[in-house]
Amino acid sequence: MSTLKVNTIESETPNVTIADGLTVTGVGTVTTLNTTNLINATQLSNRNMIINGAMRVAQRGTSSTTSGYGSVDRFQHTHNGTDEAPTFEQADVASGTTPYTLGFRKSLKVTNGNQTSGAGASDYIYISQRIESQNTANSGWNYTSTSSFITLSFWVKSSVAQEFHGFILSADGTRKLYSFSLGSLSANTWTKVTKTIPGTSDLQFDNDNAQGILFRVAMFRGTDATGTITQNQWGTFDTNVRYPNYTSTWYTTNDATFELTGVQLEVGSVATPFEHRSYGDELQLCKRYYYDMTTSNSAYSKLVIHQNGYFQHPQIKHPVEMRAAPTITFSNVARRALNGSGDTSESISNTTSAKTSWTSYPTNTSNTFQTFIYDYPIKFDSEL
Amino acid sequence: MNITSAKYCINLDTNENQSIKATIDGVEMFVPISEGNTHYDEIMRQVNAGTLTITAASN
Repeated sequence: MSTLKVNTIESETPNVTIADGLTVTGVGTVTTLNTTNLINATQLSNRNMIINGAMRVAQRGTSSTTSGYGSVDRFQHTHNGTDEAPTFEQADVASGTTPYTLGFRKSLKVTNGNQTSGAGASDYIYISQRIESQNTANSGWNYTSTSSFITLSFWVKSSVAQEFHGFILSADGTRKLYSFSLGSLSANTWTKVTKTIPGTSDLQFDNDNAQGILFRVAMFRGTDATGTITQNQWGTFDTNVRYPNYTSTWYTTNDATFELTGVQLEVGSVATPFEHRSYGDELQLCKRYYYDMTTSNSAYSKLVIHQNGYFQHPQIKHPVEMRAAPTITFSNVARRALNGSGDTSESISNTTSAKTSWTSYPTNTSNTFQTFIYDYPIKFDSEL
Repeated sequence: MNITSAKYCINLDTNENQSIKATIDGVEMFVPISEGNTHYDEIMRQVNAGTLTITAASN
C-alpha cells in the first residue's frame, strides 16, 4: 500500500487506464465524464419531492393576500397578526440574473404590508409546502439511518439584508423538526441555499396520503414560537420553539420583498441541478391537490338529468386521481327553461365527491325539464 | 381555518348524510365526509373540541 500525491495527471496516449478499484472519497469535480455504465446514488429523474418548485403553475391566480392557498400551486402562504396583509405573487425572475441563467423564469414573491404596530409575539409570515408521506416513504431515503441523506436546495432573495430561518418537519409518529438558517442574506441578491439533512432513528413516514414532510421558510415569526434551538440537527418538535429568536427588520419594513424559487428536495447528500419539468408535467402533478373547471366564457351550461324527483348532473371524472376526496366550491348556479327564457337563481343541495369523480344535485325538484347553468370556476381542493 | 357554519347534506336516495355544506374563511364549500380531506378533518377537530356544531340536514 502506497500513497501517491500529485497535482496533475496527464496522459501521453489518449487515455489513462485504471483497470478497476478507483475510489474517490469526498466530492470531486470532472469537466466531462464519459462512461459506459453510470450508477448514481441520486436518481436521475423524478428526484424532486417538491412539486412546482420553479413556481410555474398558478391555477388559483397569480397574486393573493389570502392566508392559505391563493397564488402559486402547492405553496401555502400563511400570515397572522399583520396590520396590512402581505401580497404573495408569481413574479418574473429578472433576465441576466442567476437563477434566470439556470432556467428559472418565475418566483414566489412576498411583498410585506405596513406592519404599523410592530412585531407582535404571535405575528408570522411564512411559505410552506406539505409533502404526502408516501412520497417520502417511497423515495429511497433510508430515513432512519444517520448515514442516509436528503438535500434541500433553493434560491432566495430579500430586499432587506437579514438572516432568515426555515425548517423541515416530519408529521408521522413523534414529530421531529430540523431547523436551519438561510444564512445572512445580502439585500437584493439572489443566494442559493443548500442543506444536507441526515436521517435519524425515530423518523417515521407512513405509506399513505397524509402529510409527511412539511417544508417551511419564514419571513418572520414572533416570540411565541422562537427561542433556544439547535439548528442543523433533528429535535423533537416543540410548538413553542420552532426558530431561533427572529430578527424583525424585514417584517417592520413596509413593502419589503422576499422571493423564492428553485426549491428541490432530493435523496442524496449532494444538491444536483434543479430538475426542470415540462409545464404540462408540473400542472398534472399540481392537479392532484387542486384544480378548477374554468373557461374564457363567463358561464357554461351543463346537462342535468332528472330522476326520481330530483336533478343530478352526470358524474364527471377528475383530470387526475386526487390526493383525497376534494372539497368543491361552486360559483353561481342558475336554472333556465328549455325554451331558453329567463334564468332563475339556483342553489346546490348536495354533492358527491371522491378521489376520482364528482357530481352535484341542484336544489330544484320540479318535474319540468330545465337546463342548469353552472358559472365557472368550480374549484376542487384536496390540499394537505 | 375559520369555519362559521356547517350543515349536513343528505343523499336523496338513501337519506344518509353525504356531504357538509360549510362556510370556511367566508366561502361556502361542499366538504365530503371523508377522512383525509383537510376541511373535513378540521371540521371534526372543531366538533370534537366542542367549538363547532354540524346542523342536521333539511328534509
